[in-house]
Amino acid sequence: MEQTNRRQFLIRTAQMTGAAACIGIVWTVLIQNQAQVAAHALRPPGALSESDFMAQCLKCGQCVNACPYDTLKLSTIADVAPIGTPYFIAREIPCEMCADVPCVPVCPSGALDRNFTDITKARMGLAVIDEEMCLSWRGLRCEVCYRVCPVRDKAISLTIVQRETSRHAVFEPVIHSEHCTGCGKCEKACPTEEAAVRVLWPQFVQGKLGEHYSPTQGDNFKVQDIGKNTNIAKELKPGSKEQAAPGMNYFNQSGGREGEIPGGKP
Amino acid sequence: MNEVKNGATMTTESAPQKPVSRPPIRHFQIPLTLGGKLYVWRFLIARRLVQIGVLILFIGTAHWGWTLFNQPVLSGDLSSSRFLGVIPLSDPFAVLQIIASRHMPIFDAFLGAAIVFLFYLLLGGRVFCSWLCPVNMVTDLANWLREKVGVRSLFIVPAKTRYWGLLLALILSFILGVAAFEWISPIAVMHRELIFGMGIGLIAVLGIFIFDLLIMAHGWCGHLCPLGAFWSIVGRVGQVRVAFDDAACSRCGDCVKVCPEPLVLNFKEAARHGMIRFGECTNCGKCVSICPEQCLSFNLRACIRKGAEPSQTTHNSSS
Repeated sequence: MEQTNRRQFLIRTAQMTGAAACIGIVWTVLIQNQAQVAAHALRPPGALSESDFMAQCLKCGQCVNACPYDTLKLSTIADVAPIGTPYFIAREIPCEMCADVPCVPVCPSGALDRNFTDITKARMGLAVIDEEMCLSWRGLRCEVCYRVCPVRDKAISLTIVQRETSRHAVFEPVIHSEHCTGCGKCEKACPTEEAAVRVLWPQFVQGKLGEHYSPTQGDNFKVQDIGKNTNIAKELKPGSKEQAAPGMNYFNQSGGREGEIPGGKP
Repeated sequence: MNEVKNGATMTTESAPQKPVSRPPIRHFQIPLTLGGKLYVWRFLIARRLVQIGVLILFIGTAHWGWTLFNQPVLSGDLSSSRFLGVIPLSDPFAVLQIIASRHMPIFDAFLGAAIVFLFYLLLGGRVFCSWLCPVNMVTDLANWLREKVGVRSLFIVPAKTRYWGLLLALILSFILGVAAFEWISPIAVMHRELIFGMGIGLIAVLGIFIFDLLIMAHGWCGHLCPLGAFWSIVGRVGQVRVAFDDAACSRCGDCVKVCPEPLVLNFKEAARHGMIRFGECTNCGKCVSICPEQCLSFNLRACIRKGAEPSQTTHNSSS
């Protein structure tokens, strides 16, 4: 009797747990499907890193109400940003970069960082130029993106490229990630049918050097000592007796294949 | 009408100690006059006014820039808002989920959550559910239609399921690192869609309507909603309760029929405490307004005599 009772209890427990697990799985899938943000759905200024932002945003829309230009929108089910979170599309209504940043202090949860006050420090996105379709790059005097940029000459500059005497110079707009806030005014203003300058999430467009590169001056990179325990470090150390794996220094040692004499003929 | 004094008629069920004499059963009948009808519907009307009024304050602030004292009247939505630009209000369950997701909101969110929490804690019951939640209008409509058409539930789950939903929401928040219920909550979806005017998300509301109408009676609000579960737990100790006068009750069962949370109208429990003590009670007032013997009324917990003995005094009031 006791046996059956216990058995029934265990089965019942397993059933309830199973039911909870099934619902939990569906629930998780629903959330995971939502938790994706399109590269052109930009967050308000001062937003935390995306994973923290998604967790902390209360989806209340106070930033949307505070935005004087109707830039910000709350995402709905079928939108390009996770449900209920604020975003803007640069090509539709860009961020006007209000000096007092009214959207940030109203955030009740801290998903928009209250310590954020300097709008020029915003990194909502990063502009990238399609040089093939850019009118300026094609030799026309357009430069609209340069004219509308709120941080002109810092975030965007014109590089003048001389051509042969019969043709005028090309004024190439160039974006500098160090100063680009991602406000999107350039994308909004771009006169081509599809914007030749796009403002996207920085991580979608920006490369990243390996840790062992340190950009010292200009285009000179130096190989750093990345630690004593790696093979590369051993290799770089002069007079190391240990056998190092062929790595960075591979091409300095002539030959590398077996049977070849260093410095000799093949 | 024949007013029959206490003790003159039938004894229904045998109470533990002594058989209690009860008034004869008269079922509720809707008054024919408009005034009478409005009086019966007084709580329904008040609830709709509050629900729609709050919604309009939100919409007015968001769309037409309503201000008072040069401050936005009520900016935000039911997840979090700010009243007159100063008083923060946040959904404590949402904040709880954010904490469960291993994130720390700033002080404003905590302050807002505390204000809302204390308000409902003192008020008691699931006042949020029947007086503010916009989904309540949808499920009430579904319920009304369901009874009109006579749809029987396809299946039913225990009303306690919502507490498992609440627990699951917190566990998933922890695992996924986001406030799990806030991401699928049809309440938040409906409110956002209405205020920020987008429309597509109202499909979720339609889903709830269909679910409550055709699949499970009182399915969402009465069985599944984790937010309802949260407020049920909070509502246990609140002050505003439905008082129950056992001696006047004829056990006609009309209140049970009309109650969206049938389990809370447990006569034995209600008689023992002199009130509906369950936190699941939404204080909607449906039972209060239809009780033919008027033995149910809103009262403060402190004013309700505990363990109310069947009172021999006044229960023969009739309208």
